[in-house]
Amino acid sequence: MTTDPLAWFLNRGTGIVLVAVLTGVVVLGIRSAGASAGGRVPAFVIAAVHRNLGVLAVVLLAAHAGAAVVDQYVDIRWWQMFAPWRLSYQPPWLAIGVLGLDVLVIVLATSLVRDRMSHRGWQVVHAMAYPAWILGELHGLGIGTDTHEPWATATYAGTVAVVVASLAARLACTEWLALALERTRR
Amino acid sequence: MTARLEVEWPACRARGLCSELLPELIDLDEWGYPIVLGPVPDSLERSARATVRACPTLALRLVRDPTDEGRPHPDVGGGPAGQMTAR
Repeated sequence: MTTDPLAWFLNRGTGIVLVAVLTGVVVLGIRSAGASAGGRVPAFVIAAVHRNLGVLAVVLLAAHAGAAVVDQYVDIRWWQMFAPWRLSYQPPWLAIGVLGLDVLVIVLATSLVRDRMSHRGWQVVHAMAYPAWILGELHGLGIGTDTHEPWATATYAGTVAVVVASLAARLACTEWLALALERTRR
Repeated sequence: MTARLEVEWPACRARGLCSELLPELIDLDEWGYPIVLGPVPDSLERSARATVRACPTLALRLVRDPTDEGRPHPDVGGGPAGQMTAR
């Protein structure tokens, strides 16, 4: 445990980087879900970069949560990284972060044993990455020391815009949307 | 003992990652569905296992066949219809 501000800086630094990296993982995941062979970038490349960036995101997340625990200025215990119980520092915003971490850990765990479980089950759990990303954004916005800094606001706004745009582009490509539009036109 | 790749057709969505990763053994037909070209030689077994892991819908299987040496497999040389094509 330390009161050295380094732990606090590490926590904030890993936090904002995590917003960008996790957004990258989500965007690549959206691209990967629609990718087939024959594109400019091979489908297996998008899938592999998504996977590797996802692992990096979880490592960053461990550093981010670890820095918060190690920092003695705020009283956060090791077990509170996973269980949002009796939190003493900004409980609602911290709890949101803890829940996001829990979900991402489960997403990672199921992806590691993906070939040993049902594909459908893996898909359902993996879809939880979307709410986990939202929880991460909210956590940063609410608890972030630097939230009001222009670079931070730009990061939050930019990452949300990029994910919304990616989802919109993906939905526009699917038959689902085309069929739905056709039904409303009739 | 030979190893061969098998496609689980109900799961296959013709995404083609298998052919991207293992063009030596997997071709794609005109609709994007995989055509397994032959058995897996020992030199390609690691690549074959990586390709199986990479299928987004887990539709590819690597099967070790201790008894079958020369008999052609329904998946080899054809798509979902399982037709044998002259090669």
